[in-house]
Amino acid sequence: MSSNKIIHWFKYASPQSFYPVAGKMIPWFWALAAVFGVAGLWITFFAAPTDFQQGEGYRIIFIHVPAAWMSMFIYLVMAGWAALGLALGTRLSGMMAQALAPTGAIMAFLSLWTGAFWGKPMWGAWWVWDARLTSALILFFLYIGFIALQAAIDDPRRADKAGAILALVGVVNVPIIYFSVKWWNTLHQGASVSLMKAPTMAATMLWGMLIMALAFWMYSIAVALTRVRAIILEREAHTEWVKELPEVKS
Amino acid sequence: MSAVLAIIRRDLLLAMRRKSEVLTALFFFIIVVSLFPLGIGPEAALLKKIAPGVIWVAALLATMLGLARLFAPDHADGTLEQMVLAPSPLGLLITGKIAAHWITTGLPLVLLAPVLGIQFDLDGETLGILVVALLLGTPLLSLIGAIGAALTLGVRGGGVLLSLLVLPLYVPTLIFGAGAVEAHISGLGAGGHLSLLAALLALAVFFAPWATTAALRIALE
Repeated sequence: MSSNKIIHWFKYASPQSFYPVAGKMIPWFWALAAVFGVAGLWITFFAAPTDFQQGEGYRIIFIHVPAAWMSMFIYLVMAGWAALGLALGTRLSGMMAQALAPTGAIMAFLSLWTGAFWGKPMWGAWWVWDARLTSALILFFLYIGFIALQAAIDDPRRADKAGAILALVGVVNVPIIYFSVKWWNTLHQGASVSLMKAPTMAATMLWGMLIMALAFWMYSIAVALTRVRAIILEREAHTEWVKELPEVKS
Repeated sequence: MSAVLAIIRRDLLLAMRRKSEVLTALFFFIIVVSLFPLGIGPEAALLKKIAPGVIWVAALLATMLGLARLFAPDHADGTLEQMVLAPSPLGLLITGKIAAHWITTGLPLVLLAPVLGIQFDLDGETLGILVVALLLGTPLLSLIGAIGAALTLGVRGGGVLLSLLVLPLYVPTLIFGAGAVEAHISGLGAGGHLSLLAALLALAVFFAPWATTAALRIALE
């Protein structure tokens, strides 16, 4: 029984069987991203009350916080795929890591950019050299390094493995980002959402942020799956099954 | 253990035969540090304030210079493949190579740093902290850098790529290293920073040779 299950799961580790499954899942994730996005934006602009200290400007955190979460989380997922690819030698894992990297880089960039927009009215500066901002910047550099390393190596198998090691080395940085708030007490305010204690923000704001985070999740999954399909087509272009695909034939 | 010592002796001997490579990195370090006062101005108070950061950034860049040569010559003449086939574990041999890299590039920086610190009007005790911080930090730079050197071995545009990969990973070392000296100057005490630096070093001594070995095996496949 259990051996059947293992075979069943590994079936989708092959690009050939994953390609059509991903194709079927993509529209669903896009639809969910749209639903959550509309709901989240409605809360952001209409339902959430004006903050009594920060005024209207605080509303950018509904983009900023989910983007920052995603930038860290995607790196963890990427490193997870990388580790899986190194341990089991599955080709799809490397492709998934490669597909996630640009989305993660965009999220890191978005969190830095929206953070600057938030910082200007709140702190009076576009950028401060605070530990958390700096480590978010380093995370962005790590993504760029990962993408650059994979782009520089021609053999895709070697690119996957080298990228995997880099991702695993870089993953040490992600907890440093997260805990830097506690390590260095500088300008940046402490985390306001915590699993341990009651959040310090209004419930509507929290809901808005969580729903926006879900929208970002769905968007990231949809984009990563679309990209991984493109990577599969590119790398497997020589195989029979790719040549048989209707979208390739036409 | 004898294999590690043999590797260190071999790399040091090679470095002795080609002194110019080691000295180039060293003079690069001195020149970069000396450029800052020229760019910023001779104001003693300001220079004293930026001295730890300047010396640390220069040490970072000087270490980077030697990294590209860490594995490339051995890769080119086939020595690296012999190391993979050797009966001693590759991880140990790589540790030996990293140690030799530190002795040829890191240790001279540590020894030179007080002289440069005097140029920036740092007092004796601060110089001591600077040396201790560099002593803990420069092996860390060699260890982390070795991972990048192994990953970019034989890759197109390896040199520039190497700095893109390694410099972001150097940031914690820079923060704690320069922070130790600054904390001492401001009267907070350097203990915390130095402990964190030592903790990072302990972590890197354990993991970096392992990651480097894995990266080398991939490069040699």
